[in-house]
Formats: sequence, C-alpha cells, structure tokens
Amino acid sequence: MRWEEEGMKQNAFIMGNKLMGSNPHAFSLIMPSIPITHTQTPYVTGTSVLGIKYKDGVLIAADTAGSYGSTTRYKSVERLRPIGQNTLVGATGEMSDFQTILQILDRLIITNAMFDDDNTLGPPDIHSYLNRVMYNQRNKLDPFWNTLMLGGVKNGVKYLGNVTMLGLHYVDDHVATGFGIHLAQPIFRNEWNEDMTLEQGTKLLEKCMLVLFYRDRSAINKMQIANITEDGVKISEPYALQTKWDYEAFSNPTVGNEGSW
Amino acid sequence: MFRNQYDNDVTTWSPQGRLHQVEYAMEAVKQGSATVGLKNSDTYAILLALKRSTSELSAHQKKIIPLDSHVGMSIAGLTADARILSRYMRNECTNEHYAHDQPLPINRLVTRMGLKMQTSTQRYDRRPYGVGLLIAGFDSKGPHVYQTCPSANYFDCKAMSIGARSQSARTYLEKNLDKFANCTLNELVRHGLLALRECLPNDMELNSKNVSLAIVGKDHPFTVYDDQKVEQFLALITEAERKGKSSGPSEQDRVMETEP
Repeated sequence: MRWEEEGMKQNAFIMGNKLMGSNPHAFSLIMPSIPITHTQTPYVTGTSVLGIKYKDGVLIAADTAGSYGSTTRYKSVERLRPIGQNTLVGATGEMSDFQTILQILDRLIITNAMFDDDNTLGPPDIHSYLNRVMYNQRNKLDPFWNTLMLGGVKNGVKYLGNVTMLGLHYVDDHVATGFGIHLAQPIFRNEWNEDMTLEQGTKLLEKCMLVLFYRDRSAINKMQIANITEDGVKISEPYALQTKWDYEAFSNPTVGNEGSW
Repeated sequence: MFRNQYDNDVTTWSPQGRLHQVEYAMEAVKQGSATVGLKNSDTYAILLALKRSTSELSAHQKKIIPLDSHVGMSIAGLTADARILSRYMRNECTNEHYAHDQPLPINRLVTRMGLKMQTSTQRYDRRPYGVGLLIAGFDSKGPHVYQTCPSANYFDCKAMSIGARSQSARTYLEKNLDKFANCTLNELVRHGLLALRECLPNDMELNSKNVSLAIVGKDHPFTVYDDQKVEQFLALITEAERKGKSSGPSEQDRVMETEP
C-alpha cells in the first residue's frame, strides 16, 4: 500500500536524519530498508474531465472509470469531489495521487475553518494553492501524476481552470483534460456560448462525453455531472448515455471485402 | 500603579488575578505620540499620526507602516517592537498572495497577530510587545480599523485613537461617531485632523512636518502622505483649527482590561 510505504518512509527518514543529517541520500547507505522513490508512471488512472461555464454557474463532467493500464479495472471511481462550500475538483491521472491531494485539501479547509471567522476559501484561492502543491512536487521530481480541474462560484463570480502535473495553471470559459482536450474542446469552441442554460450546457457536455466514450478506450458509459452555482455543489448520481450501434455498416462488416477478417 | 511583589515577571499572577507586566506594557503605548484611525461605511479607512522628533537635527519618527497594498498600520509605543511585528505581518500578507493569490482578509491578519502576541505574555523568557497598533485596511468586506494592545487583545473599531493625550481625541471621535459612516474621503480626513489636534502638546500646531496621513480604500491602495504630500490635506482645516487646545491634566491612569 502506498500510504503504508509513506509511513515507513517517514520513520526511515527521521532516523536517517538523526544519524546522518538532512541529506536524503546519505542515509540510504546505512538504512537497508525503504529506498527513496519517485513517481515515474501512473498505475490506476482516470481519463478526461470536461468543464464549461454556463449562465448560472459551472458544469463539470467525468466518467467513473479507473483503468489499470489497458484494462478497465474499477468502474465506480468518483473523480469529482466538492471542496468547501463553493468549489469542485475533478481529476485525471493517477487516482492514488488524487486521494492524497484530497487529504491535503481537506487539511487546508479544516485549518481555515479553525480560525472560526467568516472567511471561506473560494475557487481562486484553492486553484492557486493547488498550483503551489503541484509545482512544488514537480520540483522534487516526484510529481502528483494528475491534471486537476477546478470550478466554482463565489460572490457571483464564476471560476473554471486547470492545474497540470508540471504545475502549470490557467483559467478559461471551457476546459478539458486528457483526451477531452483533443476531442471535446474543439466542440466547445464551436458550440459554447456565455448564456447557455442548464439544459443546453448539460446537452453539450453529454454530447462530448458520448464522443469520448466512442473514441477513448479508457472511457466507460457511466458518468457524473456536477453543477456548481452560488447555492453550492451538486454532483449527480452516475448514469449512462444512449449509444447507437445499429449502423448498417456494422451489420454486415465484410460486405465487399470477403476474405478479410 | 505601585510596585508590588507580583510584578517581576509576566508569568506571575497577582492575587487580584492581574498580570502586572502586561499592564505595564500597556503604559508604554501611552508614552508614544498620538495616532488616530477612522473609516466610513463602505469605501475608505484612514490613519493619522503625530510625528515626534527627538531633536531639531533629526527627522520626525515614522509612525505609519504599510503592510500590503490593501492594509497598513500606525504605531504608538516601542518602535523597534513595532518593526518586528510589521515584518511578521508583511510576511503573512505575502504568503497569502503566494499560496492563494488573494489579499489577506484583515480580520484574519489581526487574529494571527493576536495569537503571536499572546505567546509573549505567557513565557518566562519573553516580554510583551510594548506597542499598540492601529491597523487600517480594505478588503472584500469593506473598510476596517483594528486596535491591538500589548495584552494581545484586539478590537474591531469604528474609530480609535491611542498614544499620549489620546483621550481627548477619543472624546472627539465619540461625539462625532454618527457622522463618519456617510463621510466622503475629505470629510473623513478633516474629522481625523480635528481629532488629532486635540492631542497636541502646548504651543504646537499641526504642520506638514509632524502630521502623517495614510489612506486605504476601494480602488485606493494603502498610501502614506508625509511632508509635502500632506499639505493638500492640511488645507482642509483652517489655520486656527491647526492649533491644539491647551493640554489638560495628563492622562489618568486607568485599569487596563486584560480580560477579553
């Protein structure tokens, strides 16, 4: 378990620190147990997340698949999570890193709440903080292998942006991660406008999720949509989209090409 | 207050439940020259301070310290202690910009200050900070004026004055409190100057050398006005109004509240 390793790493580090000072590589000569590791490849991954601003707030959609390489291993992974009162985070990439990030954000929210005053963290604050976290991990050459999407509404201001694993962050009216960048954003560019209603926005996202299901092999037909307005965050239960497979070309695939497999 | 056997260090309670060292620290604030802070309901908070100079040769001591573009403070008491606190506060403000890309809300800044100052009232190897601060700032919730004490108490104020002879200024501010909410900037400055001149010692008057003014507000980053730049604001009061009332009896000793 990665978190157990982390715990043992902490102990080894503390002991090594006492013996050899703070050079992290010095102690591995003495301590035979846990080597220092850096994330070099992701294992359980989530695919695209899509987000658009609409008239009353922000809509963010993602499917619930956790792939283990080329196989779809986990089919009920919640990749959209509310943070505080006004913000939602969605994650692409390594799911265990996403869980660590959620713990970090939890600590941030709780520490802020302990001041017990009327200051709450809004989307821009959390976006900036996440960027700091991701960039600092990247500087240790041990990145959180995620692209995170962040959306929310606070004091009437709609906010939507991304943070990548390299610590790059940006905001826009519509964003996507993973395959969504290549398949969904072009559709956003053509069809998005500022005054979309909830129905129009949902339709647009569902259209793009359908394209992703057809074309992205790590996507599954089980998705959630989150709607963030001034009143808060609402994440839908997972649901499936209508797909169409009864094309004529599929019924007799080898017509005109007998002999090919 | 008279010397007694319970006032040697800050970790000793008196039988009456008082920390005399903290109370003595509050006296240090009264030694500093006066400063006034006031605000209107939604757009501006201002600070005014009477600068002192030790001799004709040296410049007047700076009283107003900017902390960030949306907040600053004026000091009364030990200047050196004030500089340490200002360094801490500037650090907190910068950290907020670094981590959250937002200006630090004033009430959060003052809460952190209170937590920091309290530790020095509870350790045998530290002494309380001997400086009172008036913190003026503007954030998403509007203009604010806060007062902090060496006791680590802090107060959200509509208007306040601290320092030598500041009781007279407080009286003026209390008398005119209802007017401040709807004041324009110039009206606020005028009230502030009239409050400040109540604190003048004998035979002194307000002039561009000894008045320091700071304004912060909506679309107005914290700006300090000294020397030449404060002349335009001094013009808001007449020549006669620049002179102080004759100074009355020195500030009465009063029991400082060390309880919140």
